[in-house]
Amino acid sequence: MYPYRAPLREIRFTLHEILHAAHHYADIGREDLNAEFIDSVLEEAARFAEGVVAPTNEAGDRIGVRFEDGQVITPPGFKDAYERFVEAGWAALCGPEEFGGQGLPESFGGPVGELFVSANMSWKMYSGLTDSAVLCLERHAPEHLKQLYLPKMVAGTWTGTMCLTESQSGTDLGLLRTRAEPDGEGTYRINGTKIFITSGEHDLTGNIVHLVLARLPDAPAGTRGISLFLVPKYLPDAAGEPGEPNGVSCGRVEEKMGIHGSATCVINFQNARGWLIGEENAGLKCMFVMMNHARLWVGLQGLAQAERSLQASLAYARERRQGRAARGGEAGTPADLIILHSDVRRMLLTQKALVEGSRILTYFAGLQMDKAAYHPDPEERRKAGDLLAILTPIVKSFVTDAGVEVTSTGIQVHGGHGYIRETGVEQFLRDTRIACIYEGTNGVQALDLLGRKVLGSGGQLARLLGGLIGAFCQNHAGYEELSDYVPRLAGLLKAWSEVTERVAQRAARDPEEVGAAAVDYLQLTGYLCLAWCWAKVAAVSIAALKREPADRGFYEAKLATARFYFTRLLPRADAHLDALDAGAEPVMALAAEHFG
Amino acid sequence: MRKILVGVKRVIDYNVRIRVKPDGTGVVTDGVKMSINPFDEIALEEALRMRERGEAAEIIAVCIGPDDAQQQLRTALAMGADRAILVKHDGPVDPLVAARTLHAIAQKESPALVIVGKQAIDDDAAQTGPMLAALWDRPQATFASKVEFKGETLVVTREVDAGLETDEVDLPAVITADLRLNEPRYVKLPDIMKAKKKPLDVTDLASLGVDAGSPAQVVRWEPPAQRQKGVMVKDAAELVDMLKKKGLI
Ligand SMILES: Cc1cc2nc3c(=O)[nH]c(=O)nc-3n(C[C@H](O)[C@H](O)[C@H](O)COP(=O)(O)OP(=O)(O)OC[C@H]3O[C@@H](n4cnc5c(N)ncnc54)[C@H](O)[C@@H]3O)c2cc1C
Repeated sequence: MYPYRAPLREIRFTLHEILHAAHHYADIGREDLNAEFIDSVLEEAARFAEGVVAPTNEAGDRIGVRFEDGQVITPPGFKDAYERFVEAGWAALCGPEEFGGQGLPESFGGPVGELFVSANMSWKMYSGLTDSAVLCLERHAPEHLKQLYLPKMVAGTWTGTMCLTESQSGTDLGLLRTRAEPDGEGTYRINGTKIFITSGEHDLTGNIVHLVLARLPDAPAGTRGISLFLVPKYLPDAAGEPGEPNGVSCGRVEEKMGIHGSATCVINFQNARGWLIGEENAGLKCMFVMMNHARLWVGLQGLAQAERSLQASLAYARERRQGRAARGGEAGTPADLIILHSDVRRMLLTQKALVEGSRILTYFAGLQMDKAAYHPDPEERRKAGDLLAILTPIVKSFVTDAGVEVTSTGIQVHGGHGYIRETGVEQFLRDTRIACIYEGTNGVQALDLLGRKVLGSGGQLARLLGGLIGAFCQNHAGYEELSDYVPRLAGLLKAWSEVTERVAQRAARDPEEVGAAAVDYLQLTGYLCLAWCWAKVAAVSIAALKREPADRGFYEAKLATARFYFTRLLPRADAHLDALDAGAEPVMALAAEHFG
Repeated sequence: MRKILVGVKRVIDYNVRIRVKPDGTGVVTDGVKMSINPFDEIALEEALRMRERGEAAEIIAVCIGPDDAQQQLRTALAMGADRAILVKHDGPVDPLVAARTLHAIAQKESPALVIVGKQAIDDDAAQTGPMLAALWDRPQATFASKVEFKGETLVVTREVDAGLETDEVDLPAVITADLRLNEPRYVKLPDIMKAKKKPLDVTDLASLGVDAGSPAQVVRWEPPAQRQKGVMVKDAAELVDMLKKKGLI
């Protein structure tokens, strides 16, 4: 096991040099969040993540959660780390000040969250979903419920869940059956069984607040008949403290491929009392706030596990000796470090390019959350909201797919030792794999991107994203030093816009086109976005090198990685272009009954 | 009520692999993570605990360093120091210059106690505390692993080669903190927010009338020699032989 080291230099580079975070905060009226302050927060979060959270990761995986007599027992160390997390105020990072939060903009959750999720992804899930639930309640709950629940949830002394999935209703929420009936006291009685509920039951806090999707009597069928309810595990007493049990019980805890420390629960609601959140039959709309937030968090999980894998790979490649380097080896040694082999370099650079590029994209999406909420100019707010809408499925899917590739490559760098538990790197793959599935599978995210966001907006959202990348190309056109990057980026942007047009035209005629194109389209868009990020890095690094910095090596490494991305990874975009142009026909030609 | 002055040095973080500049004029610090010297953090923690027990009223963190050292002072403020003073000075900080500076500030602030780390992990000099005590002409207790007030004196347990030694010193005094004195706290997020608003004064050596000259001169920096590969010996006799051959015994 390699100890986790928070990649602060990388995070600072991303925030300050690429994204100009302090300017961003000034733009939304938070001049107090200057670079020095951002760094203080990062440094202390890093200390906590390295010193308190990371040591719980191994036991979390090996021992996992236990389920005894309807109670969930979290792995050793989880409760202590969680209580210290709450005590130190980290749970309240972005919570509204009105309810005792620190009131930092949502984007802080990106870099700070990355540190905690890298340290222990399972452990962070207990508080991660709470943050999304807070956002949903803040937006949609009536005042008396906010006063009762939000102070506790913001502080982290109660956690939240989102209860959507049922055995017959996964992606298709229209199929859900959990019932809600008015009880004549202004509240509702909830009956039904939810499955796969993250943090549905645990021993970290005194109460758990479930946000449950259910159907009212006579509700229309499908997704238009779903309402959202707040259902606490214990009903708050007159003092607002956990009182009587509320007919919510945990029926079982799943055994899983990874995230063994996260409790994935079957939750039974038996005549549980629930409070309506938002309008009747508008539950899905209310839940979407939460889901969109949670989707960016899931993208962050891919990034955070990929970072761990990269760290382990680099350390191992610098100590493991096997074979001789092609250009002759190091005298006096029986064999060379594997980092000297070209193929190992290829793997390490692939990891580096995907991790560092994804970090920029993920944090950038985070900044749009702030802008959409707080920018003084309504036009800027609208634009940021649109940008966030198109970036969310990209971050969710592209970054989690990259997470799987990077963590799998990390095992490969370690050879057989990577497949053995002791090195700890196989855990990163097992943990990150779920991120491609929950919060809407990556396939469904791709449908959301192409069907709803791009085509659904009549191309407007695609033009917004394309316009941003196009503006970068224009501003950097004609610079000789950027000739390896900008013309290629501009060319790909053009190809992307054109293929979007062709897909749209085919989709107008063929109902299967969107489904067949979606994942390739998402991947293509992801590679385009990362090319934009890496071109920015190249521009910033070239400028930095002109100032003769003492840490030239850092910027030279950035440039070398940008070159690797453009020459060795970006050709993948061309393959996706070709696949898109093949259309739906080859995908649908084989009849379902002839698959063998 | 008592004031405590704590010396906070900005050093390269203990996790960073140190690289010497190729021209031998120093070590590479650009883009390198900087932190509070770990022993100074222990010193600050001890002062905070004294204040929490009601044994001190105000804690002042002092750093001699470049403008960027405001970052470390903000951390000290977030840990709980009441205010901070940055004495601007670029380049390495000589222990004697540090001692003179702390002396100048001690004369202004009249603290009951100055606590510094037993040494800084960059130069490992372990001289600032003792030099300050000499300049200030006050008692000192170095390598403290436990401190307790007893009326107007301080009882200090010191880690010395022979074991533990207990001293009693009159106040004001200088204490240097050893590793086992305490375990510094993790900073709380709300305290980072509050630290933004705490006073941080910036001054420099000249304004304090401190002589920046030093009798010690750094001639050149060199990385330590690469470790040679070890040799396995059969027995003690062979070991003695080897050592003799190398002229080590
Ligand atoms: C560890 C874990 C934690 C979870 N946590 C929660 C939680 O906290 N709360 C919660 O409510 N749920 C949770 N889930 C459930 C998760 O969100 C669902 O598993 C997921 O949404 C997919 O649903 P499903 O498993 O029923 O798969 P299905 O919907 O059956 O999908 C099977 C396959 O079909 C594809 N597919 C389905 N519909 C379409 C379509 N219309 N077009 C194209 N392809 C389609 C999918 O992409 C997938 O590849 C969790 C699941 C796991 C494993």
